[in-house]
Amino acid sequence: MRQALTLHGNTALLTRANPLAKFAAVVSITAVLALSIDWVSATTALLGEFALFGLAGLTLRLLWQRGWPLILAAALGGWSTTILAADSGRTLLDTGIWSISEGSLELGLGFMLRGLAIALPAILLMSCTDPTDLADALAQKARLPHRFVLGTLAAMRLVGLMAEEWQTIGMARRARGIGSHGSPLQRLRATLGQSFGLLVQAVRRASRLAVTMEARGFGGAQRSWARESTFSRMDLWVVLGGMLIAAASLAAAVAAGTWNLVFA
Amino acid sequence: MSAETAGRPAAVSARGWGWRHAGRAVPAVHGLDLEIQAGERVLLLGASGAGKSTLLHALAGVLGDDDDGADESGSLLLDGAAPRGQRGRAGLMQQDPETQVILSRLGDDAAFGAENLAVPRPEIWRRVHEALEDVGLAGFPLDHPTSALSGGQKQRLALAGILAMRPGLVLLDEPTANLDPAGVLEVRDAVGRSLDKTGATLIVVEHRVAVWKDLVDRIVVLQPGAAPSGAQQPAVLLDGPPDQVLAQAGRMLAAAGVWVPGQVPDTRARRNAGTGQLLLAAEDLSVSRERPRRRGQRIPPVQAGISAEVRAGQALTVTGPNGAGKSTFALTLAGLLAPAGGKVVAAEALAAGAGPDPFRWKAKHLISRIGTVFQEPEHQFVTGRVLDELMVGPRQLGRGGQVVDELLQRLRLDHLAEANPYTLSGGEKRRLSVATVLAAHPRVLVLDEPTFGQDACTWAELASFLAELLDAGTAVVSVTHDEEFSALLGGAALRLGSARLQAGAA
Repeated sequence: MRQALTLHGNTALLTRANPLAKFAAVVSITAVLALSIDWVSATTALLGEFALFGLAGLTLRLLWQRGWPLILAAALGGWSTTILAADSGRTLLDTGIWSISEGSLELGLGFMLRGLAIALPAILLMSCTDPTDLADALAQKARLPHRFVLGTLAAMRLVGLMAEEWQTIGMARRARGIGSHGSPLQRLRATLGQSFGLLVQAVRRASRLAVTMEARGFGGAQRSWARESTFSRMDLWVVLGGMLIAAASLAAAVAAGTWNLVFA
Repeated sequence: MSAETAGRPAAVSARGWGWRHAGRAVPAVHGLDLEIQAGERVLLLGASGAGKSTLLHALAGVLGDDDDGADESGSLLLDGAAPRGQRGRAGLMQQDPETQVILSRLGDDAAFGAENLAVPRPEIWRRVHEALEDVGLAGFPLDHPTSALSGGQKQRLALAGILAMRPGLVLLDEPTANLDPAGVLEVRDAVGRSLDKTGATLIVVEHRVAVWKDLVDRIVVLQPGAAPSGAQQPAVLLDGPPDQVLAQAGRMLAAAGVWVPGQVPDTRARRNAGTGQLLLAAEDLSVSRERPRRRGQRIPPVQAGISAEVRAGQALTVTGPNGAGKSTFALTLAGLLAPAGGKVVAAEALAAGAGPDPFRWKAKHLISRIGTVFQEPEHQFVTGRVLDELMVGPRQLGRGGQVVDELLQRLRLDHLAEANPYTLSGGEKRRLSVATVLAAHPRVLVLDEPTFGQDACTWAELASFLAELLDAGTAVVSVTHDEEFSALLGGAALRLGSARLQAGAA
């Protein structure tokens, strides 16, 4: 889990681009897709994103490992839209309780593809971006306050630690005779108790970490940066690439007549 | 920090200094008078509650402000000025290695302090390389993930980060309490080497005097500012060269829980060899904390092919280097982790109808058969009161609380029955975590590094208590690096190797 959060070993081209450029590309794609629920723009964006896999050092296997909750959520969202949306066009399946029609199927499919196309750039970004480099770029280039950025970065390390801690606390509670089985109510109580234990540990660790950071001089107004965050020509291409995918999705959907503004 | 002060040893001067934490009735430190010359190396001793950590935090400038509701009296000066205004003049290392690492790459972490002091970039990297060299971590690439370091390596990295700030004062707050013996020496030697080079002043707080005795030139013993009777007493109890202080007050220090070199605390010896009835066995066991996420996925176990037997009234000591899977093995043996291969078999004498596989037992069946004491006591606390904490086990089993009063007395926790477990001292937490598990009367007791970071008094109590349990027929499995402790319990030893295994009960 903690190893999975680092990029150790990934030498793909996009790891060398500035995180801020990659972030801008992701934002432009997401912005277009957020505007319309239709399967044409989502499919176009997805195709463009798949083409970037090699450049980001991402494989389908890694994608599933890192993004399965998002992928499942997109599939689930698509399915529920399909069966619950108002029917239009020919009815394909009717169980009495719910039904699938051509119109609802198209909407559901669009919903799922859109979910995937929005989730994928974020996964792409994280798979070729070291969090430390992202923090450097956000503080040095985007001029976000360095206390906030570095504080968040240090806290992220604790998240990985907490995943291990969760497992340990679960075992420690079983060793006290408090199992996580039984009726749903008992399970809920067990989970709440375990969460409380984790919370206590998280607060303790966080306060110790804060002391460590303060003792290393953190929190002053002036600060230098050991790693300079720089832009290169590649970053221009990255931003242009993101805008290209966004523009192509928009154009394809308008041309196919499926463009469908969510708030229109 | 200006260029002239960088790296110059710092002097400490306390005059009638006191500190009361916000919301506390009694000051943590009261009326402290102490002069430490630039370049001196001081070992700070004293019972828990004597204010050692508070003093270190104050010198590191991280104690918070008076406006938090805390109360400061007298003066505490670092080179003649208040420590809070001098970022980077003092560097502090604490006990828990996980929270001494800040960033996820080795080089970045070592550079963090220097960055905060606005050191120019080329100079930062010069310092980082030098500091990593000094602490013996220069063999790793700068992008090495810090999560892959051992505890001793993490502490040495923290030292490198401190050295890169070029501090005049190095403050170590129990820097080796969570480390195995090899890690302790690694850190001690790295501190010695770098101080020889920089000449910085050192103040170290640690129970284990033998580790630091030859590195320091002065021992200062603190005591709580108010005696139990309520009368004021001087904060410094003893002060002098190590040999003199130890000769003068060795016995008194040992009685206060300090590990005085050459003195092993008195303990109760084993009186019988146990019945030797087989209770639990590991058969060709492989262990791993990772679970396969998909069917058919293979995860290489951290340790494989372990065979061991746990017998009534006999101790089994599990030893081996860091990362050999000792704790993972203990958790698997105790029915808390599923075996990655092979099996754990409970004999009918232990299982009493619950089946042969402890991992499949219900939690309440488990605790009356196998009790596990975790390395970090806080992980096991589930209530907000010591008495409730002890009642958890008996309640689950539908038993009364007779055993609880006995355990409270036996482990000297009776005056704390109403206290919140999280507010206890380290030694009290350890005793409580053992007591809570024993309240369910398990026939097998599994302990993970029970003596880590414990003072000599708690150590002796724990060892005596376990010897007594063994004599009464309980089987005790302990993961430990503590040779004196395992010698005292006797029984079999299982040594887990670093790569594959060479096991078998000795």
